[in-house]
Amino acid sequence: MPSCLVVDDSRVVRKVARRIVEDLGYACEEAEDGQKAYEACTKAMPDAILLDWNMPVMSGIEFLEKLRQMPNGKGPKVIFCTTENDMAHITRAMNAGANEYIMKPFDSEIIESKFSQIGLVTSKSA
Amino acid sequence: MRISDFDLYKDLLKEKSGLTLTPDKSYLLDSRLTPVARKWNCPNLEAMTHILRGMPSSDLVKDVVEAMTTNETSFFRDLKPFDQFRDVILPHMTKSRPSKKLRIWCAACSTGQEPYSLAMLLKENAAKLSGWQFEIIGTDIDTSVIEQAKKGEYSQFEVQRGLPIQMLMKYFEQKADRWALKQDIKSMVQYKHFNLLTPMAMLGKFDVVFCRNVLIYFDRETKETVLKNMSAVLPEDGFVILGGAETVLGITDVLKPMDNTRGIYIKPTCTTIAIPAAPKAAAVKA
Repeated sequence: MPSCLVVDDSRVVRKVARRIVEDLGYACEEAEDGQKAYEACTKAMPDAILLDWNMPVMSGIEFLEKLRQMPNGKGPKVIFCTTENDMAHITRAMNAGANEYIMKPFDSEIIESKFSQIGLVTSKSA
Repeated sequence: MRISDFDLYKDLLKEKSGLTLTPDKSYLLDSRLTPVARKWNCPNLEAMTHILRGMPSSDLVKDVVEAMTTNETSFFRDLKPFDQFRDVILPHMTKSRPSKKLRIWCAACSTGQEPYSLAMLLKENAAKLSGWQFEIIGTDIDTSVIEQAKKGEYSQFEVQRGLPIQMLMKYFEQKADRWALKQDIKSMVQYKHFNLLTPMAMLGKFDVVFCRNVLIYFDRETKETVLKNMSAVLPEDGFVILGGAETVLGITDVLKPMDNTRGIYIKPTCTTIAIPAAPKAAAVKA
C-alpha cells in the first residue's frame, strides 16, 4: 500500500485529509509541523506528502527545501495544501520542488484530481 | 406539484431545449424555479406556472429553460477525451489537412472550461503545430453561461478542478479573488448562443465536435436528430466526442464508435482514419 504523510498544524484538517487519502488507497501518517515531518521522513520516506505552509517550529516551505536535499528526498510527490493563494507563493513552492498546489479550502474531489494529475492515483474515468 | 403543472414544464422544456424531464426529476422544478418565480415577482411557483399557461414573455421562458439546464463542467473534465484528442485526433489531422486549418466545436460548452482546456492543450503542443490555424467555437443554449465563458474568469474552486497548477501559472492571472485567463488563450475561442435543436448548417463545417454529457438529458428521438444533424456538419473524416455515459449505439447509424478508443465516434463510411492499436492489457498493480 502506498503511503501519504499529512503535514498540518490543525488536527481537524489532518483528520479530514486522512479520510480522503485513505479513501484513495493510501496508508496515512500525520505530522503537526515541518520538523516532525522531517523526522518522519528520516525514518520512512512516504510516496506522497500533503503539506501545509504556515506551521510553528518549521514551515512547509522550509521542510520542502530540506526534504529535497535528503537522500531519496526527491522521491515523494509533494502537494502543498495551504490558504496562501497568490501567484508569488505558488511560484515559490513550485521552484522549491513541489509537484502540485492546492489552495484551501479543498474537498475530496480537488485532492483526487490533483493526485491523479501527478500520477498518484489512476483517474476513475481512465 | 400537480400533474398538469408538471406536464406544462415537461412540454415547455422539451419544445424549447430538447430537455427530457422525467417524474423522478420533478424535485428540481421546485429548487431551481423558485428563484425564477421570485425574480419575476411571483409569490410562489404556482403563480408563475399560471403566467406560463397564459401568454408568457419570451424572457420568462428563457429564464425557466436556463434554470433547468445543468451546467456542471470543469477544466480537462474526465481527462481521457483530451488525451485522445492529443494522441489520436491531432495526429490524424496533421497528416490529412494540408490547409493546416482545424475547426473545433464545443457543443453545450457551459462556462467555457472545455473549449479553454482545448486551447491550452493546443498551446502546450504548439511546437508540433507551427503554422496551424485553430478555430474553437463554444456554444450553449444558456446565454448567461456564454457571458461567463466570454469573460474567462473563474473562482479558486473552479481552477482547482482538473487544471494542473503549471497551467494555472502559465495561462492565468490573479484578479482579486478570481483567476482570469490570459488574452492569448481567450482569443483562441469564440462563443455563440446556440440551441442544438435548431439547424446547425449556419455554424459551418467542423472537423471535431465535442458534445459531452448533453445527450443524456434528451429522449431517444431528440438524440437521433441531434446526432444526425451533427454528422451532417462533419467532413468524411470528422470526429464526434460524446460523454462517458453516452453512445450512438441503438440510436443512429450515421456514426459509429471508433475502435480501441473511448467516447470517440466517426462516420462508418470513413476509410482514411487510422485506428490506433488495441491498448495492451494493463499490468496489474498491487
